[in-house]
Amino acid sequence: MQRIEEANQQAIERMVTGDPVLVDVIPAAEAISELKERMILHAGPPVEWDRMCGPMRGAVMGIAVFEGWADDLADAESKAAAGEFDFHPNHHFDAVGPMTGMTTVSQPLMVVENKTFGNRAYCAINEGLGKVMRFGGNDGEVLERLGWLRDDFGPALGRALRHVNGVPLKSLVARGLTMGDEMHQRNVACSGLTLRALSPPFVATSDDNEALAKALAFLGGNDQFFLNIAMAMGKSIMDPVRDIEGASVVTAMCRNGTDFGIRVSGTGDTWFTAPVEMPEGLYFPGFTERDANPDMGDSTIVETIGLGGFAMGAAPAVAGFVGAGAASEAGNYTRTMSEITLAENPEWTIPSMDYLGVPTGIDIRLVVETGLAPTINTGIAHREPGVGQVGAGVVRAPMACFEQALLAFADRMGVS
Amino acid sequence: MSAVIINAVRKGFYLDSVALMRMSRSLADLDGVEEAAMMMGTPANLQIMEDAGLIDEVGKDAGGGDLVIGIRAVDLAAAELARAEANAQLDAPAARSGTAETWRPRTMRAAVKEVPDANLALISVPGDFAIAEARKAIRRGLHAMIFSDNVGVEAEAELKREAQRLGRLVMGPDCGTAIINGTPLAFANVVSRGGIGLVGASGTGTQEVSCLISQYGGGISHAIGVGGRDLKSEVGGISTLMAIDALGHDAATEHIVLISKPPPAEVASKVLDRIAVIGKPTTICFIGASDLPMPDNATQVYSLKAAAQAALGLNDDNGSSLDVTLGSTLERPKIQGLYSGGTLCAEAQVLFRAADLAVCSNAPVPGVPDVDDANIGHRLLDLGDDQYTQGRPHPMIEPSVRDDAVVAALNDPDTAIILVDVVIGYGAHSDPAGHLVAVLCDNAPSDAPLVIASVTGTDEDPQIRATQMAKLRDAGVHVAPTNADAAQWAIELINAAS
Repeated sequence: MQRIEEANQQAIERMVTGDPVLVDVIPAAEAISELKERMILHAGPPVEWDRMCGPMRGAVMGIAVFEGWADDLADAESKAAAGEFDFHPNHHFDAVGPMTGMTTVSQPLMVVENKTFGNRAYCAINEGLGKVMRFGGNDGEVLERLGWLRDDFGPALGRALRHVNGVPLKSLVARGLTMGDEMHQRNVACSGLTLRALSPPFVATSDDNEALAKALAFLGGNDQFFLNIAMAMGKSIMDPVRDIEGASVVTAMCRNGTDFGIRVSGTGDTWFTAPVEMPEGLYFPGFTERDANPDMGDSTIVETIGLGGFAMGAAPAVAGFVGAGAASEAGNYTRTMSEITLAENPEWTIPSMDYLGVPTGIDIRLVVETGLAPTINTGIAHREPGVGQVGAGVVRAPMACFEQALLAFADRMGVS
Repeated sequence: MSAVIINAVRKGFYLDSVALMRMSRSLADLDGVEEAAMMMGTPANLQIMEDAGLIDEVGKDAGGGDLVIGIRAVDLAAAELARAEANAQLDAPAARSGTAETWRPRTMRAAVKEVPDANLALISVPGDFAIAEARKAIRRGLHAMIFSDNVGVEAEAELKREAQRLGRLVMGPDCGTAIINGTPLAFANVVSRGGIGLVGASGTGTQEVSCLISQYGGGISHAIGVGGRDLKSEVGGISTLMAIDALGHDAATEHIVLISKPPPAEVASKVLDRIAVIGKPTTICFIGASDLPMPDNATQVYSLKAAAQAALGLNDDNGSSLDVTLGSTLERPKIQGLYSGGTLCAEAQVLFRAADLAVCSNAPVPGVPDVDDANIGHRLLDLGDDQYTQGRPHPMIEPSVRDDAVVAALNDPDTAIILVDVVIGYGAHSDPAGHLVAVLCDNAPSDAPLVIASVTGTDEDPQIRATQMAKLRDAGVHVAPTNADAAQWAIELINAAS
């Protein structure tokens, strides 16, 4: 017991002393040296083609065309089925990706460096709403936008970031929390703060007004732009917490649309998986829960660091997604999540909850003991490839992941 | 039949998308509406609405700052109704937030965080989990009251040994009654505060004594429950001894009263030695026990009523006597006691035994045979005993559990007198006397047995003792001032008749 408490103390310490800074945008091949041609990193725990859900397959097909590994979508599909692509989780390569989470060699990746521990984490640039690859979209419009991100916007963003020596994220997120963001479903404030911080260096490093206008319009027109930054930040904060012997703190939660997986600090690199659940939420016009794909994406890394569903109290407007929940009950979600976490973040606080710190450090022992699974705020993808986002809502992490993890943890600790 | 699409645009009217999606869903649920959406008119949103077949000439040119209402319905009437509903929702005043549910902690850890100076946890969970929760409590520095039963005696002993090492008091398992610093916990009554501290291994015993002390003009400092098995050899009275120590050191406590079933000799002597060390005047009521050697500062009594009187230094009186015309039923041979309180049943047995009446019980005190072995003479049953409450509520919570036995006794040609207790206070049924009266009125034959009752409680209890007694009297029930008096009245009547 003493050993676990001390190990967890160390885990919390590492979490709250992390100093994530958005420093650069670089091609994936440069960021991840192991990344090769025909290698596709995806969201969630490991999954092969035959078990991939519709949107994940759609994204794989689209990205294969984008990278020039297939002539068209049909060709990509048959090549994927024939085993010509090498699938790995983003998490195995210091990366994360929202929804389908496609990461391949030529894509521009945002780099968040945790200055305290010196580690880096990567995430692709958010494509905006509507028909996008992260929701399985793969038509010409989607691929064209990816090309622009790769050739124009990504390099411009990288220049701007280098020009200001990066944007420190911890204080930016702290301000976002006071402005109604929870950094998963709602990134309006943080996206705006990012635009404010980056507009001057964008201008200073650009010599093409038309391109500049397009870049700033894209950044300013995307309420969810900051989500991918928050995800890379989450990954950069949690990676130094991995492999603390005796720590029962969750270091990653993610889903691939088929399985939900978690990793725990004291149990090494093992994924504990269970079938993903269906989100409950609200749908865009013309869509219903019948169209919904099960839960998907690496974005649950934001819940792992105490944001998203854990910080619902900061974003009362998001509470409406739960269905019956009144905005005034948003704080109850945060308080309930504090039942399964070990600490409160001293810097990320929620003004309307008397500056309560966001619940930090999910302890698998507390999850199993209380029967309270982490609450996750999420977008909902269409179950067919290529359609895109159809709604947003809330989903619970499957309890079975935590039960398996606890058994393995107990085994490792010599408890029968 | 072709669908009707209508649009409405509110220029420069902003609403959050989540709020709009919620309203959209309620519109789409209206009769005759195929699809409906309310969105801000950004190009992306207009495209979504277009794809969903919701845009007409009115909506297609809306701007990003305009709110667009799009409705597709089976006919114009349904569409107009939906548009009216949309407008009504948009113009309705914001709902008040007063309906928000108050957050309640789900774990002890979170509760302690909310109330950092709490020092006691009341535990009421299925028995299998009670020990684990109690252990968490004592390790957090809390004293524990365990209402739960169905806990193994070995687990109880182990828990109490750990608590003892940590200097924390464990009340229970199966502790139904306590009053700490004037706060009633679980089944307890609103009694006056004063200088008498109770230690009780029995719930209704503690209730009866604390209520009588209050009625007699005294008051209670604390009433500490220890659980029915604390004085067994396996546990060795750990909590009883700690409770005696606590009351011994408590400046507000001038006199200690200990109520329990008769403990084994070695535990009794340990407890009495501790009483001697503490030195405060003490009244010992081991209900059903024979004479024991007492330390100089202790007096042994044999009934709950005597315990209350001795604690206040009152002379024993025999209570008010019963004024009743002996009816024909009193020629019948038998008294039936139907108790909801176990210790109240035990007290009655002690009085029957002292009067040399043949009596049996399902929860016999020493010297009284078990009803299963010898169903002879008068019969005093504890209907709160496990055999009656498996899978059913306790009769103090749900008095109807006693109904069948009452009806059977009312119609039994051998029964002269029915003895019942009525226990009120926190945790008890809201109107147990009213319930009993209804059963009596509906089921009593013309030659029904005499019914004698007493009410354990106070006039400050939510049910109000005087009101409960009046209801019983109005129904022809003879109401004694104490449980002991009720038994004594029955004994005197049956003796007079024989």
